[in-house]
Amino acid sequence: MEAISLIVRSIFVDNMIFAYFLGMCSFLAVSKNVKTALGLGIAVTFVLVITLPLNYLLENYVLKAGALAWLGDEYTTMDLSVFSLLIFIAVIASFVQLVEMIIERFSPSLYASLGIFLPLIAVNCAILGGSLFMQQREFANVGLATAYGFGSGIGWLLAIVGMAAIREKLEYSNVPKPLKGLGITFIITALMAIGFMSFAGIDI
Amino acid sequence: MALLSSKTKAVLLGPLNKNNPVIVQVLGICSALAVTSKLEPSLVMAIAVVLVTAFANVIISLLRKSIPNRIRIIVQLVVVAALVTIVSEVLKAFAYDVNKQLSVFVGLIVTNCILMGRLEAFALGNGPWPSFLDGIGNGLGYGWILVVVGFFRELLGSGTLMDIQVVPEAFYNAGYENNGLMMLAPMAILLVACIIWVHRSRNKELQEETN
Repeated sequence: MEAISLIVRSIFVDNMIFAYFLGMCSFLAVSKNVKTALGLGIAVTFVLVITLPLNYLLENYVLKAGALAWLGDEYTTMDLSVFSLLIFIAVIASFVQLVEMIIERFSPSLYASLGIFLPLIAVNCAILGGSLFMQQREFANVGLATAYGFGSGIGWLLAIVGMAAIREKLEYSNVPKPLKGLGITFIITALMAIGFMSFAGIDI
Repeated sequence: MALLSSKTKAVLLGPLNKNNPVIVQVLGICSALAVTSKLEPSLVMAIAVVLVTAFANVIISLLRKSIPNRIRIIVQLVVVAALVTIVSEVLKAFAYDVNKQLSVFVGLIVTNCILMGRLEAFALGNGPWPSFLDGIGNGLGYGWILVVVGFFRELLGSGTLMDIQVVPEAFYNAGYENNGLMMLAPMAILLVACIIWVHRSRNKELQEETN
């Protein structure tokens, strides 16, 4: 039950894009048509669902103050949290590289359609942001961390697909010249974000 | 030899205007907008990004001949993450309050696309000194956007600058109200859109053809 409420909250209330503006770079660059947006959204969700529990386990059994207690008594005062940033990004980058190689080997057609986005995911702020928020919120168990990753990913996917759909229709609108392209995309994002703010305060 | 030849000058000053990382190259918006509700965290963030970009550029530029191509992204991320860890520890020690306000966004400098973009596009192909200038230039180009957005959001949203009251009391007595909307995150993005509007009206060659 707690997990479901967490998923719904992270999709709507704490939406990665509209509440925290994480993953904006690829959000703006790849939201030109719905199909590629969907592909990238799925890839981001997948990477979030895998790396978040991995980083959760690392955080709680290696990095946190006293987390190394299972190694023996002399390790109980050890605090490695200074390295959390390094470890998190290393896990994410190497996992993305791994996924890239596996997909390249087993499904060349999927690789061809996702190819360019995969390396982009390693530097997608939403992924590292997910891990850092996980560290800040101190989830009770690994299941909740996974649920959080899944919800954030779906929220990101929803946002980028919605944006792409609007931009496809925007082709036919008459936008002031200096605002064409980037400017109008920013304004739409802002309006969508204000819309999403109406979810704030919903408690499930 | 002059300290700055005309080429290195272009490398340093280009990103401030025609080649701005935020409003022209669309990089690094991720970690930027959430920290700009006040002027002070915007300034701190801007300084942090200038330092990290400059030194990451120098380090990668020195290593550029020895990094294997296939794992270069991981190497770059590790260098950047190490630098950001240093910045974050310094902030914790000397500016704890600001560090609290910036929360996870200091860590998110690691995935700031400006860094990866500059490392890939510039530092891998140029020597340490131009790379250093390129890092400073891009960091400043990013920084001035942050500071402008932070300035307007704090001035209109809470009537203060750097936590000092600037809107006189008489205004409030006459019925002036702070615009609470400016404190909300979406307004940051709307302000950036306004900056883009002004910037592209002045630089017509940057305007795009399609939506």
